[in-house]
Amino acid sequence: MSDIRLATPAAVLDVRADFPILAREIDGRRLVYLDSSSTSQKPAAVLAALDDYYRNHNANIHRGVYPLAQEADALFEGARARIAAFVNWPAASTIFTRNVTEAINLVAYSWARANLGAGDAVLITQMEHHSNIVPWQLATAATGAQLRYLEVGEDGTLSLEQLDRELARGDVALVALTHVSNVLGTINPVAEIVSRAHGAGALVLIDGAQAVPQMEVDLQAIDADFYGWTGHKALGPTGVGVLHARAELLERMPPFLAGGDMIATVEAQSSTWSELPWKFEAGTSMIAQVIGLGAAIDYLDALGMARVRAHEQALTAYALERLATLAGVRVFGPPSAGDRGGVISFALAGIHPHDVGELLGRRNVCVRASHHCAQPLMRVLGVVATARASFGPYNVATDVDALIEAIGEAQEVFEL
Amino acid sequence: MDDLYRDFILEHYKRPRNFGELDEHDHEAHEVNPLCGDELGVQIAVAEDGRIADLRFQGHGCAISQAAASMASEQLIGMPVEEVAQLDASWMLDLLGINVSATRRKCALLSLKVVRHALTGDDSWPRDAV
Repeated sequence: MSDIRLATPAAVLDVRADFPILAREIDGRRLVYLDSSSTSQKPAAVLAALDDYYRNHNANIHRGVYPLAQEADALFEGARARIAAFVNWPAASTIFTRNVTEAINLVAYSWARANLGAGDAVLITQMEHHSNIVPWQLATAATGAQLRYLEVGEDGTLSLEQLDRELARGDVALVALTHVSNVLGTINPVAEIVSRAHGAGALVLIDGAQAVPQMEVDLQAIDADFYGWTGHKALGPTGVGVLHARAELLERMPPFLAGGDMIATVEAQSSTWSELPWKFEAGTSMIAQVIGLGAAIDYLDALGMARVRAHEQALTAYALERLATLAGVRVFGPPSAGDRGGVISFALAGIHPHDVGELLGRRNVCVRASHHCAQPLMRVLGVVATARASFGPYNVATDVDALIEAIGEAQEVFEL
Repeated sequence: MDDLYRDFILEHYKRPRNFGELDEHDHEAHEVNPLCGDELGVQIAVAEDGRIADLRFQGHGCAISQAAASMASEQLIGMPVEEVAQLDASWMLDLLGINVSATRRKCALLSLKVVRHALTGDDSWPRDAV
């Protein structure tokens, strides 16, 4: 197999030098990091922003009148403004959460429990991450609403015809789906889905955890009612997620978490709520993480999301071509790199994904071997787990070569 | 020679012993490894003298968990139930004879876990392998 030489893709980006961790070696081997769908690596600019905040500007935000607190406030709210602008959404309806899971739970508790009832349905898809399944199982159980699924076709895509049939039933209150599948890589036609759902009177929530890090996302064009994502997959620190939502919905929703910072006044028996977005940000915020995410967004913006997408699409196309030259490899999801994000789930005949992960790990090739928090999708695919390679802007073609070589070695160990 | 994927491990993985169904059995249990979704079930028939008369595993998993189940099954058949219910992690790891990393320990112990569950009704063992 190794004598087949494919043309390596023209390097759109080579930003490895910006990511300090990529200089690390383990057992004398360089790091081939192919697990960005789980969490991305961080550029030096993000590490510097975190360090600078704690070294030079650390103070609590929102009530300090002294200059240091005003600096922290300006850094925090400045980051919010840039993060919101990055996806073309107003800052006032851009709420910080711990992660995308908490963003979805905010909607599932605050909106769903006040708005769903018997006779309503929540429509999700078979390709959702558990974070966009379990909150709806609980919310529909609590309200008597129904939970229904759009199926995933053989080619890893959703059917708009099935969507139309579901919407025509007239009971769908919310459609909740992922923008980009964390397993299949499928890029869903979210603007089209939102348009059809709105036409049927349903709201739409989109899980953008995999989309925001790797492509241009224009929330005005998508027109969703709720759009969540997470910082640590987008070159930012862990501990910060984002929920963008329609202001008029947020105004009518009860608070999610209660406590300090989210109130206007507190009487002995009752309180009034702070204005947006702070009504939904109880307690001291993840100040450093938000500032770090602001630096990550600045970094991505400087690269240009169109270039990031072109780069990861080229790597994905190259990896798909090379995988196709190997015997015993099954690739899941849409066949064309143009229809998918920078993630490739695959199975090797005769080797369990855990063993694939272990053997690749010995070559310092970091892939995930798991159900990827998508067990319903695993059942559709007829597997319990897959191995998954996923790309970030810092990957290069030689990372794909290392993956292919390590797969060949794994097959040799198993005498396949 | 690979340290983990020794030839006998791969041999048991590719041709696992005592996998299938028992028509008649006295005990059964089923376990899922939440980390990877792997599933392993067991059916056990006990003889009048209190020894395991026959045993079959069902399910799928990685090379380590499948080889461990296969190798354990050969030892367990004929062993007194009381003795099997006391077997600990070191018995299984010694039997495997390979160095298992902390993350793969769960794989190595899954078969003994499901056997102990079937015989004792206790699905909490082993606490230290969580």
